Amino acid sequence: MNKEEKYSLADMVIEHALKSGANQAAVSVYDNRSTDIEIRNQNIDSLKESNQSGLSVEVYVDKKYSAHSTNRLKKEELFRFVEEAIAATRYLAEDEFRSLPEPDLYYKGGGPDLNNFDPSIDSVDPAKKIFLARQVLDEAYGKDERIISVSSYYSDSVSNQVKVASNGFRGDNQNSNVSVVAEVSVATDTGRPSDYWYESSLFMDKLKVAGTGEKALQRTLKKINPRKIATGKYTVIIENRVASRIAQPIYQALLGSSLYQKQSFLAGKQNSLITSPILTVVDDPLIPGGPGSRLFDDEGLAAVKRPVIEKGILRNYFIDTYYGRKLGMKPTSGSSSNIVFSPGKRTPEEMIKSVKKGIFITGFIGGNCNGSTGDFSYGFEGFYIEDGNLAYPVNEMNISGNMNKFWFTLAELGNDIRENETLRIPSLMFENADLSGI
Amino acid sequence: MYIKRRDFIKTGTIAAAGSIIVPPLLHSCNMTRLSDNAESYLNHFEVTPETLKKVISAAMSKGADYADLFFEHTLNNTSALEDGKVNSAYSNISSGVGIRVVKGEQTGYAYSEDLTPEAMLKSAATAANIADSSGKPFTGKTKEYLAPGYYNITKSWEETSIKDKIPYIQRLNDNMFAQDKRVTKVNAYLGDTTSYILFFNSDGLLTWDYRPLVFLAGICIMEDKGRVENFTVSRSYRTGAEFLTNDLMDTMAKEAVAKTTLLFEASQPIAGEMPVVLGAGDSGILLHEAMGHAFEADFNRKNLSIFSDKMGKKIAEDFVTIIDDGTIPGNRGTLNFDDEGNPTAKTTLVSKGILTSYLHDRISANYYKVAPTGNGRRQSFRHIPMPRMRSTYMENGPHKKDEIISSVKNGIYVESFSNGEVNIGQGDFTFYVKFGYLIEDGKLTRPIKDVNIIGNGPQALADIEMAADDFALSNGTWTCGKNGQGAPVTMGLPTVKIKKLTVGGINA
Repeated sequence: MNKEEKYSLADMVIEHALKSGANQAAVSVYDNRSTDIEIRNQNIDSLKESNQSGLSVEVYVDKKYSAHSTNRLKKEELFRFVEEAIAATRYLAEDEFRSLPEPDLYYKGGGPDLNNFDPSIDSVDPAKKIFLARQVLDEAYGKDERIISVSSYYSDSVSNQVKVASNGFRGDNQNSNVSVVAEVSVATDTGRPSDYWYESSLFMDKLKVAGTGEKALQRTLKKINPRKIATGKYTVIIENRVASRIAQPIYQALLGSSLYQKQSFLAGKQNSLITSPILTVVDDPLIPGGPGSRLFDDEGLAAVKRPVIEKGILRNYFIDTYYGRKLGMKPTSGSSSNIVFSPGKRTPEEMIKSVKKGIFITGFIGGNCNGSTGDFSYGFEGFYIEDGNLAYPVNEMNISGNMNKFWFTLAELGNDIRENETLRIPSLMFENADLSGI
Repeated sequence: MYIKRRDFIKTGTIAAAGSIIVPPLLHSCNMTRLSDNAESYLNHFEVTPETLKKVISAAMSKGADYADLFFEHTLNNTSALEDGKVNSAYSNISSGVGIRVVKGEQTGYAYSEDLTPEAMLKSAATAANIADSSGKPFTGKTKEYLAPGYYNITKSWEETSIKDKIPYIQRLNDNMFAQDKRVTKVNAYLGDTTSYILFFNSDGLLTWDYRPLVFLAGICIMEDKGRVENFTVSRSYRTGAEFLTNDLMDTMAKEAVAKTTLLFEASQPIAGEMPVVLGAGDSGILLHEAMGHAFEADFNRKNLSIFSDKMGKKIAEDFVTIIDDGTIPGNRGTLNFDDEGNPTAKTTLVSKGILTSYLHDRISANYYKVAPTGNGRRQSFRHIPMPRMRSTYMENGPHKKDEIISSVKNGIYVESFSNGEVNIGQGDFTFYVKFGYLIEDGKLTRPIKDVNIIGNGPQALADIEMAADDFALSNGTWTCGKNGQGAPVTMGLPTVKIKKLTVGGINA
């Protein structure tokens, strides 16, 4: 389906929904195509081609709400699907807060080109995709006698979507992504450590393929013979690649649904200090070439750059239309776009050099955070830092605390923000973290 | 997004999805359960045996060893309660065919959402490219396989309107609020899924299945003197609408309020290494994470698992016997046949302390020259099957629960969990404790919560020092994630003592 066909299908379904008793309706029509290739020890392990399409519809019937999706797109079936959806919706309880967003908040066209789509990904020669995966693999395969397995992956995807709402919104967007991954395992007397490296880009010609396999190999070799250290309080530096694990609960606590459902440890804290004052974070949907860039959000609300945390002070929650009405708050957006941390001045290597005794966390495993209270506990692996050097690998340890206190111990942000991520976060240093080991 | 080679499990509360609610949806759909014969399923997907043979021939056209077609039509409904009312509903319909082609250990995969012969042949030709010689058209005989019926359904979900579901969800809510004034919020979700499956492969095997699955989850939020605590209760089975009973609602409501109440007294324990006693039931998460994944034969075939060279060896005490069972009637992890057309089974992984079997899919069974164990599963027709757990549990041991607890001087007793994860190669595994108690001088004392436990799989298995005679199966809504695919599973355990694990928490 091309864009026009998607719009006309969406219009047709909306028209039918209104005719069948809905007061309002919103429809998205989407398709995406992707390729996934895995090569293991020089043989192709799997090749997968995906093509899917679908339609989702939200119906508002006499203050009652439901949402539905299907991949069966024949007109006759769709009409019946919508009629049944409306019939079922009538059994639900009324909810006065359910209706489409206020039209004046919608994106109305005329936005800048965000330059975040590469149509050429759709026409890459399959042989080239396999070649790239092999190139990644060859950097590691056979390069060390302890290696037991090297896998490399190539993935690309292109998706297209249009959205129409019965109270005036019309919008479409396209997304592309291409990535390569290397994964290396080695056998030792004490286990089979493995590690990975990945690179991704929205653009085929900007994908950094070289170095991916080599980095995965070097990271794996450094992890051989890990130890556990004594339980206690340590300075920790969390590597940029995995720092999202510790930031995710903050994001979760900023959602309107979490606030309303009493599952946010940040409820009632707008304009108060919630972290160390060195932290500043913005949500910026308009970064050219950003993977999370967008002109409008899932509801069609026009994208606006907003401060999230300014020098430790909470400025904005992520509030969608529905929970905004329930909470009596103005909607911002119910989801993040590109979350950008203001970087610090030093590299993680320089930060490590300044630590006498501490831990450099390079991976998390398991764990969770209690959304209501902020209590958290995660497993991790990494390296013991002694007198500014990575002394030896550590694993099988936990880091625990409470998010409300923990973020006040943030001592420094690195300057190593990874591009091509929706969460642009550097390595982070925290003081006095509670670690459990031996 | 890249998903690394680690595997996790969580209890789901909000599966995406839906609620349509009033059948029929499709002109080819019969409104009620299809009768148990091949013809009705062929009609359902509007395909003929001749078409299936043509598509298989196309899949095998480049000289593959094996190919299969996995037709799926899934209807999913979710009804949601917030603010004391069932006021939103969601549904999803998904149908298509996955076409898999296998050459040695290599897999080519494509799927089509369009079930016309032309579209299926095109996808088959794409998947066929994993092989690179030439093949012969399928000329074999079709062998119909009537699978056993492990799911008991009195009333199908398709026959059940949302109006018949609402009173139960309402009762769960009302009952929670009635029990304690401190209850301030309740969210509840009822999700039911019905899948029609038709399977055909290059050996001529033709089989079909009707798979129901339901979960109900209730989140209880209580507030006391400015402090907020929450606890989620859930149940899940492969069964029909007879799942919904007043008794179940009342039991779940009571459990939710009781557990949330205890959390007000709980705090994170002092961090460190200590003995851990796992309560019967949900603690089966230990088996899932510490060993279950590492027993999946793809990891062993690829030499990645820490158990890769342990087959036939003693890895635990004599009283340790561990099973992975795909045949427990009505269980969330049960299947009449796996997603590669193989019968499911009760597979003994560890027998009296000795590793006796891995969990196999077709590729790994062929590699190890053993019979498939019926563990080849896939999330949907859009996914490549691989070895997955079903219901993983440990049989009763020789000890008593009281005897186990009184044997611990300083340690913890844990009984409720939310999620876990494992690193296959190094063997590190974790599980997150929502609720438990300290053990001091052989007695349960202060409640604890929100703490991660980490250990090493083979070490933890060898460190199972005691096991009680009080085995219980957990029927929570456990979803296992592996390589980006979710699969419903369950787990179980008697009370067990592990010599030592590293417990997260604070430092004095």
